[in-house]
Amino acid sequence: MDGMDPKGTTRLRRVLLPGLLLALLIGAWQVAASTGAIADALNLEDFLVPSPAEIASSVWENRELLAENAWVTLREIVLGILCAVAVGTAFAILMHRWRVLQDAAYPLIVASQTIPIVVIAPILVVWFGYGIIPKILIVALICFFPITVAVLDGLRSVDSEAVKMMRSLDASRWQRFWRVEAPAALPNLFTGAKIAVVVAPIGAVFAEWAGSSSGLGHLIQSDTANFEVARQFATVAVLAAMALALMALTTLAERRVVRWR
Amino acid sequence: MKPQLADPDQTSSSQMSAGAELALRSVTHSYGDLATLAAVDLRVDPGGVVGLVGPSGCGKSTLLELVCGLREPSGGTIAVGGNTAAMERLARCAFMPQRDLLLPWYSAIDNAAIALRNQGLRRAAARAAAKDLFERFGLGGFEAARPSELSGGMRQRVAFLRTLIAGKPVLALDEPFAALDAITRAEMQEWLAAALQADPRTVVLVTHDVEEALYLCDRVAVLSNRPARIVAELGVPVRRAEDRDAAVTDPAFVRAREEALRALHQGSRGS
Repeated sequence: MDGMDPKGTTRLRRVLLPGLLLALLIGAWQVAASTGAIADALNLEDFLVPSPAEIASSVWENRELLAENAWVTLREIVLGILCAVAVGTAFAILMHRWRVLQDAAYPLIVASQTIPIVVIAPILVVWFGYGIIPKILIVALICFFPITVAVLDGLRSVDSEAVKMMRSLDASRWQRFWRVEAPAALPNLFTGAKIAVVVAPIGAVFAEWAGSSSGLGHLIQSDTANFEVARQFATVAVLAAMALALMALTTLAERRVVRWR
Repeated sequence: MKPQLADPDQTSSSQMSAGAELALRSVTHSYGDLATLAAVDLRVDPGGVVGLVGPSGCGKSTLLELVCGLREPSGGTIAVGGNTAAMERLARCAFMPQRDLLLPWYSAIDNAAIALRNQGLRRAAARAAAKDLFERFGLGGFEAARPSELSGGMRQRVAFLRTLIAGKPVLALDEPFAALDAITRAEMQEWLAAALQADPRTVVLVTHDVEEALYLCDRVAVLSNRPARIVAELGVPVRRAEDRDAAVTDPAFVRAREEALRALHQGSRGS
């Protein structure tokens, strides 16, 4: 690597090494699946252990079906996250503003995390039917916690001396919020959103399993019944790609908005 | 790095708020059971520069916050320009905290002009008003720089400018140069002396550097250990000079420093 600047080298390594490892793993899987080694070891029919090549062709053959269902799940995820961002941020601001509310609600919010939110999905289906509402609610409920806690942390991180300085320089409470507290909490909002992007697909899939007629989660469920293993893997690949794309988008937005970091 | 200051006569009239009188009468303060200030009496004439020195943790910063109306005293009165209400003090004093606390999401000039924005000016107007002072205070060309791109000395200048631009008659400076290295600190003291000459205000300067206090102020109040009271008030024999080295080596200055250190020593033992 002579003549290369160290920064470029590390960047290349950061992309190249994981890429190589991924290629290696997929290659090994390809060999093990196409020779029937895994199926033999598990004592299964060959078609139950699809190779990466078969999965890729399944993605291609089912592209319309997958796109249709991916769109359904994507909408649930994005709308759920947006709800969580709106409600979580607002709630964090209220808790920051009114200490009584924070002291009363914060322990309950933390305690509520012991409830596996996905298990209340069937209840929400009973209440709200098979439409998109219970899915958005589940995704929002799962994403609410990381976003609220992150934003509240950001608001609390503001230096009390900075607040005094701003008061002395004629800032109203509103101006202090917009010019000091809100920008200080913005990086935290993105941290929370990135966690939300990771957990949201889990919420969406579970919500679809609780009752739905479309979506990637629904597709996986119906393919389980029909031993369509290749298409199940294809669906998982699409779901993962979607989550990765959302993560990349969030990171991109963060870099554009939080320029001072 | 001499500050490029204009002749005082040329300073615009809006910047000529020559200061307000400051009067503290038997001011006491305590945090719960912890008494921080015991009967502090202090008077500063309009345009006067008073230094507060004392052992660390003696309540100097608390005193500064009290003057600025950021806190209420437990007893006694504080009058700024004759007004004792906290809101009135808040309106007349500009507080400069120990660390520069420049907001990283704003450019240098937007940081400096934040008081004008708070007072209702639009961004462009606030920048235009600050631009002239940027040039004058040796910050020309750095208007758009991010705080992280500035040196420690420059950050401190922007922070001071931010305090000055608020246009208030009283400046309350809490150890403004404590975080700087010795050379930069000496430069900044010269710079501040020149800045105050061009744009006089009533200044309360908290510092634990006796030499800094004697060089920058016309009077130095020495505080005792907690609960703090003023154990000595020293007039400064040497006029603030352009040349700091000449000032601090003047025999009268050296004698005053000895005297201040002695008072400081007694104060920190005596309580």
